[in-house]
Amino acid sequence: MLRTTLFTALASLLFVSCERRSDVEIANEENILIIGNSGEPKGLDPHLVSGVLESNIIRALFEGLCVEDPAKDNSSLPGVAKTWVPSEDFTEWIFNLNPDAKWSDGVPVTAHDFVFSYRRLLSPDPDWPAEYAEMLYFLKNGEAYHRSYFGNILCGNDPDFPLAWETLKEANFQGERTLKLENFKGKEFSKLKEIDLKKLKPYLEEGESISLEKLTAEKVDLSDLTKTEKIIFFNAKGIDKLNKEQLQALAKETDLIKWTEKVPEDVRQEVLKRIIAHHEADKPNLWDKAQVGVTAVDDFTLKINLRGPAPFLPEITKHYTWYPVPKHIVLKYGKINTAFASQWTRPGNLVSNGAFKLKTWRTNHFIEIERNPEYWDAQTVSLDGVRYLPIKNYYTETRMFGDGQLHMTYTVPSELIPMAKEKYPDQLRQEPYVGVRFIRVNTRNKPFDNPKVRRAFALAIDQKAVCEKILQGGQTPASGIVPPFGEYTVPDVIHFDPAKAKALLAESGYESTSSFPEISLLTTNSDSGLREAEALQAMWQKHLGIKVRITQREWTTYLQKQYDADYDLCVAGWIGDYLDPTTFLEMWVADGGNNNTGWSSKEFENLLNKAENTADVPTRMGLLSDAERTILSDTPVLPIYWYTTNYLIRPEVKNWNPLLLNNHPFKFVKIEK
Amino acid sequence: MLKTILSRVIQTIIVVFLLVTFVFFAVRAIPGNPFASDKATSPEAQAALEAYYGLDKPLPIQYFNYWKNILTEGDFGDSLAMKGRKVSTLISESFPVSLKLGLLSLALGMGIGIPLGIVAALFHNKWQDYTAMVVAMAGICVVAFVLGPIFQLSIARPLSWLNVAGWNRTSDIILPSITLCFGVAAYLARLTRGGMLDVLSQDYIRTARAKGVPTLQIITKHAMRPALMPAVTFLGPAFAAIITGSFVVENIFLVPGMGQHFVLGITSKDYNLVLGLVLFYGILMGIANLLSDIALILMDPKLRTS
Repeated sequence: MLRTTLFTALASLLFVSCERRSDVEIANEENILIIGNSGEPKGLDPHLVSGVLESNIIRALFEGLCVEDPAKDNSSLPGVAKTWVPSEDFTEWIFNLNPDAKWSDGVPVTAHDFVFSYRRLLSPDPDWPAEYAEMLYFLKNGEAYHRSYFGNILCGNDPDFPLAWETLKEANFQGERTLKLENFKGKEFSKLKEIDLKKLKPYLEEGESISLEKLTAEKVDLSDLTKTEKIIFFNAKGIDKLNKEQLQALAKETDLIKWTEKVPEDVRQEVLKRIIAHHEADKPNLWDKAQVGVTAVDDFTLKINLRGPAPFLPEITKHYTWYPVPKHIVLKYGKINTAFASQWTRPGNLVSNGAFKLKTWRTNHFIEIERNPEYWDAQTVSLDGVRYLPIKNYYTETRMFGDGQLHMTYTVPSELIPMAKEKYPDQLRQEPYVGVRFIRVNTRNKPFDNPKVRRAFALAIDQKAVCEKILQGGQTPASGIVPPFGEYTVPDVIHFDPAKAKALLAESGYESTSSFPEISLLTTNSDSGLREAEALQAMWQKHLGIKVRITQREWTTYLQKQYDADYDLCVAGWIGDYLDPTTFLEMWVADGGNNNTGWSSKEFENLLNKAENTADVPTRMGLLSDAERTILSDTPVLPIYWYTTNYLIRPEVKNWNPLLLNNHPFKFVKIEK
Repeated sequence: MLKTILSRVIQTIIVVFLLVTFVFFAVRAIPGNPFASDKATSPEAQAALEAYYGLDKPLPIQYFNYWKNILTEGDFGDSLAMKGRKVSTLISESFPVSLKLGLLSLALGMGIGIPLGIVAALFHNKWQDYTAMVVAMAGICVVAFVLGPIFQLSIARPLSWLNVAGWNRTSDIILPSITLCFGVAAYLARLTRGGMLDVLSQDYIRTARAKGVPTLQIITKHAMRPALMPAVTFLGPAFAAIITGSFVVENIFLVPGMGQHFVLGITSKDYNLVLGLVLFYGILMGIANLLSDIALILMDPKLRTS
């Protein structure tokens, strides 16, 4: 028995299939591109993913209004839209759709598909888990609809409303930003820290105390609260977030929330009446009332109204959040807002409108897409398919490339770059990539509530050494957050300057470094993360004499600690979604979901706002540059370096050119034989 | 025999139940959150996801629902990380791959380890013994993430027909199975050697020798069966472990097996996936132990009578 087993094992070793051609040679004959894609996609629904690896597949399957130019940044080619015309102030755009554009099942792509898609991504339903809806906030009223700003939708959008929205919106609809009740949960009023007490002070009489326990209870009983407590409760929540009973209580005593004097009592009653009526009607969908800036003028004409002038709109429509999803297929497998339970993206069900369609999807094995014969520009498409391999191990990926199993790698780990330079000098590409590596600073706690300390830490980072000695991938020292591109001038604020760093630290009031609070640097549990953290640790030790502890946590815990503000310093990265500085700046507004630093600045937000309403490009860029200067001088983020992409690519792959966003259009890629 | 089987089955049920219970609470106690994302999800969206997957309910109710769904609907829940995919689908897709790879590695491990152990025992304290044991020790110490890349670079790269990694060609199974078999072979060699040495010093072997029975016949006819008993005991759990995949080997050789689900399930806090795997693994382990018990009973007359 034993001998038979042994024999079979050996035999299977010896008589294996004797295909001598490499995978790439076979793929070249089949005209299929094989690329490493770093992992298993979380899904293929363009509205429910947010990762780069998913976008690499979605970009080949779907097509938006405009398409990336294969060789030029900031240039848009016709996609589903044949032509587009902006209004003079760039707030209204007409996209004329190509009547030949079809879904892979032959159904034409219409303007209604776009309206449906944008409505879907912006769904306000509490169980709609889209992570990237913010990308559609460019649309007029997009944010109001997505976040259910009832006041805006029910009163502001109504031309017959007795008071203009401009005046009305001064009232407290969305809650006092600084006054978040959940931050007081489990705390006792008498033991509040000064920083928390300051937020409550404007509402309190001298020496008055309140019950935080009642205010933060799961179910707040209004009748049990004192007048001050009610005022705090209502102002913390804002009118839009109140439920029916709370609104009814407020209607009896409208003074309990901030309105500004310009809003007379009858208008206040009208506002509350409308929102209460909405709740009583069991929250009917507000899409029509919200007047979100996307309209199907006819089947092939799409009108887009923006919240402000955006001359760069075609640039944004290339992002996958702006792609259409097939209305007829999504509705076949569920409702408009059926999320993960819907099977519409599974192989066999998925219908797409891009150059390719889904062929095979095997978990952790591979995804293969094939030519879409219904595609309107099929004659331009050269490849017959793309195979994406979910290679998580980048060392394996490089070895597979060397063995002729891949046309292209996803990346080259920094340790292998010297080897790749020597072994594959013509295949290694090192290209700028709009992304920034930085350190988030928790400005809520000592010592980093002091801007001088933050700045000292920023100036003590020897960015050049990090780029050249550790990464070796052509990264460049970051003097700011926004990487350099196009017409934007990066304000020159952060430089390695150990002498000044030391001086700033001395000025900050931390007399001796031994009295400095113990601080830690949070990073992920990757090897490269550790090496980077150790380098930073050594730099701060050397230039400031401060010992920083390194805390490594695996990915989800690392993210959670940032949400919970349970960190001092935290290394992080950000990759631009489109070529405009706002993609790097907007996250630092007070309630930005990725801010996580506790920092905010009215001046910064005013500048962003001003830029949002400026159509003239140089003026706009100037305003954004000023905004960046504001944040950099206050330094809640310590920039380290600007990204590059490092990857290996075989010479027979053509039309794969350096692009700042690294969003290569597969439509134009060729394999030369 | 029947009694042994029955008691084993009952034992397995109890162990699996306790295991799942423990893991159910343990996995929820690790810090982190299955819905964390670098694109911030709002607190509302987080709450929505928790409600969608029933994670907002009190723990005892979640626990009760977990068993209820399994027992009444055979539903192990949805994966929390790879959303829209069922845990049962993920297991049924990846298990055949791991089973195939595991069986071949086990066969290779037995083919190498057992003869190596016998040779070592026969040449006790001679150079053959030392060599075999050094090889076995190396097999235990040199881990897969060292062996894997070495094999990729020294075997696959020079051979044009053999790929470095992947799971498309028939030959793709060779390197991962060799890498995996080393550990098994090493343990088996040591256990077989121990068992064999023990048996060879028994009186009945000496009697056989004195009677002039040829060495080969002594080994195959008289010594082999009892000598392999420690190895068989080890093979039960080893079998269950190896056919459920190895994270390291799958990661290095790009094998779409089950092993990576164990590790990635933990790191992504995919509670349902982890529980599903633990349940599956627990049952397999029970079956494997049962099989090795039966094998031992068949091999040893002493066990049969008791």
